[in-house]
Amino acid sequence: MDFFLLLLTSGIAVGGIYALIALGFVLIYKATSIINFATGEFMMIGAYIFYSCSVLLGLPAIPSFIVVMAGAGLLGLLVEKTILRHMLGQPTISIVMVTIGLSSIMMGLAEMIWSSDYKSFPALFPRAPIIVGDLIIRSNLFWGFVVAMGTVGIFALIFKYAKVGVAMRATAGDQLAAFSMGINVRSMFTLAWIFGSIAASIGGLIIGNIGGVQPNLGSIGLKIFPVVILGGLDSIGGAVLGGFIVGIIENLAGGYLDPLVGGGVKNVAPFVILVLILMVRPYGLFGRKEIERL
Amino acid sequence: MAILEVNNVHLSFGGLQVLHDVSFSVNSGEIYAIIGPNGAGKTSILNCLGGFYHQQKGQIDFNGIDISHLTPDRRASLGLARTFQNIALFRGMTVLDNIKLGSHAHLKTGLLDAALYWGRAHREEMELREEIEKDIIDFLEIEHIRKQPVSTLAYGLQKRVELARALAMQPKILLMDEPVAGMNAEETEDMVRFILDIQEERDLTIIIIEHDMRMIMDISDRIMVLNFGQKIAEGNPQEVQQHPEVLKAYLGTDKRGQS
Repeated sequence: MDFFLLLLTSGIAVGGIYALIALGFVLIYKATSIINFATGEFMMIGAYIFYSCSVLLGLPAIPSFIVVMAGAGLLGLLVEKTILRHMLGQPTISIVMVTIGLSSIMMGLAEMIWSSDYKSFPALFPRAPIIVGDLIIRSNLFWGFVVAMGTVGIFALIFKYAKVGVAMRATAGDQLAAFSMGINVRSMFTLAWIFGSIAASIGGLIIGNIGGVQPNLGSIGLKIFPVVILGGLDSIGGAVLGGFIVGIIENLAGGYLDPLVGGGVKNVAPFVILVLILMVRPYGLFGRKEIERL
Repeated sequence: MAILEVNNVHLSFGGLQVLHDVSFSVNSGEIYAIIGPNGAGKTSILNCLGGFYHQQKGQIDFNGIDISHLTPDRRASLGLARTFQNIALFRGMTVLDNIKLGSHAHLKTGLLDAALYWGRAHREEMELREEIEKDIIDFLEIEHIRKQPVSTLAYGLQKRVELARALAMQPKILLMDEPVAGMNAEETEDMVRFILDIQEERDLTIIIIEHDMRMIMDISDRIMVLNFGQKIAEGNPQEVQQHPEVLKAYLGTDKRGQS
């Protein structure tokens, strides 16, 4: 029972982090219908910016964090304005190829700038593990979860109440109508990339804090596909729930099945879910069914 | 006084000529209808006015300003509101949220807004919201559904919400693309009453496209008839109904439209 609870709590903690990364992906997809295969690389760049600020420049954690957000926002802005803006109206497959190319470029650049060596962060959070009753949670995981959920919460508030958030939701709902409401749809696209990039970079920062940074840190970004397929590509609430489900299943599968077969189940489980979901509900648990207009 | 002047507009997609040398002017405060058979170019004109299509030749002046090269959102901020043939509401949102979005047209929605939101803009929005709630919702008799998500509403009500959202933009010109298409007799009657009330009480100029001839003849001040992208007639309902070109091109030999 204790073992189960342990797996469950670490699953929830990891799931919260997945949720944040998936949010970054969904934000961009919802507003612009672009599937951003470079999400993982946005995370990786975020982690490296933090590393540069805190280790190379010796800045304290909070200013470093602010630099990460600013840098990620700028990166999102640049990518949208210089590359994807010009892809408007192109076939989906071309745009997907562009984002895949972008991920290779970013990975290459990271290797050029920071080398491919493993780098670790200074301790960001109190090292003492969190103990609740019999449960022990790793401090990095716990605080990572807290930061991730806080960020998701802030984004949720923006979308619910702030004028830009509502305008972004409107743009996602119906571009034509948004335009005729006087909403500047193009700047909403830019904003979606800025927000998406910031969400991913904070996710990257948390992952980097747990496991260190390498140019291939972004490969964890692949996990968001089971998450967003589960939750529906265009549902923010679904992305959060999908994150938790994948995190929990992954950990339970790892804990119970790995010893039986000699490992590896933990990494495969999310993708098994992915295939199953696609077979049963191709639009995800919470996604919008595309209904053909007759 | 003309609030909108359209001069010699040409629009084509590739080799397909959609609008050919269309000119008309709309006076402030009138209901101006555009009719014509399917494919005559009616919706294309609305799309040119709204900024979704860009004509190759010709000019569109709104209140004396050339708006030909402005984006749709800029035109909306200047006072052009629109309802769509296929309802274009934000389906996941409530009626009230949809209507509130209409009033966004006045408030800037740029990249820096998030930062400025909690100051002046917030108060502005609160005042606006109150005004909208009192005024437009009462006016269009949708008080009882204002908290409901629009996707749950009946078709006629959705159309009414779309109209409410357009009015919340406090436009100078309202473009309506087939406001009663697909409505039953009762819903149509309601909509006609609202359109007439809007014109009267809100001093609004309305440009309307519609297939329902009875309704058009009843409410329009002036009518323009399009056929194959060209203007073939313009005038008040009586003039248009008796125009030989119109009878030939649009009504055929069937006199239904004259009843």
